[in-house]
Amino acid sequence: MDLFEIRDILNADVLCGEEHLDREVRSACASDFMSDVLAYVKDQALLLTGMVNPQVVRTAEMMDMKCIIFVRGKAPGEDILDLAREREIVVMRSEQRMFIACGLLYSRGLAGE
Amino acid sequence: MEDLKLTYAVDGGDLIQAGEASSRMKMTLKKMGLPPEIIRRASICMYEGEINMVIHADGGEVEVIVGMDAITIRLTDRGPGIPDVDRAMEEGFSTAGDVARDLGFGAGMGLPNMKRCSDDMAIDTQVGVGTTVTMKIHIN
Repeated sequence: MDLFEIRDILNADVLCGEEHLDREVRSACASDFMSDVLAYVKDQALLLTGMVNPQVVRTAEMMDMKCIIFVRGKAPGEDILDLAREREIVVMRSEQRMFIACGLLYSRGLAGE
Repeated sequence: MEDLKLTYAVDGGDLIQAGEASSRMKMTLKKMGLPPEIIRRASICMYEGEINMVIHADGGEVEVIVGMDAITIRLTDRGPGIPDVDRAMEEGFSTAGDVARDLGFGAGMGLPNMKRCSDDMAIDTQVGVGTTVTMKIHIN
């Protein structure tokens, strides 16, 4: 599944990295706890989170993730977006709540592992 | 090839901005063309350690040595030390405060994750003096 499709499924706004939406992702993880992302993520290239701070981008960077989606309409500040731009990580924002966002992506074929 | 030695100072003042040293190390390892899985493991080890240093020890120093066979990461702080290392290694045990938790850390996964992501880890700590954590990641 590419990031264009993920954007459309979640009716998300792309906040940075528009030029990288052709990236393919096979699996995702969802967590507000960055400690868990660091401990449990393997090759999931997409992170869904309701946590909004620069450490979300740092965590995604360390885990080689390609895209972060902030759920529940959370709006990251410019400092967060600047960090993501530097690391070429796509950032989107969706009004969907976490459970619904995960369910929509999972039901369309995105895996968790 | 001679070993490459990298050193970083970790500022203890600002947990929101922490991670800069890990990010810089990761970029250097990428430029060196090391295998992505090795780079990721080294990055997780260093980032967890860097976050720990900022949460618990008001910063410190990191030395990274990239050799032919292994990456060695040594984090040194002059913080309060770890009174019970066995306890600190238990998954879920944490003494991190609200500031760390508010940012998504403090799950008690940092040290166990550093051990899991490295091939060898040693903790040298003395209460009231500081802590040195040394991790080794084999390249082949």
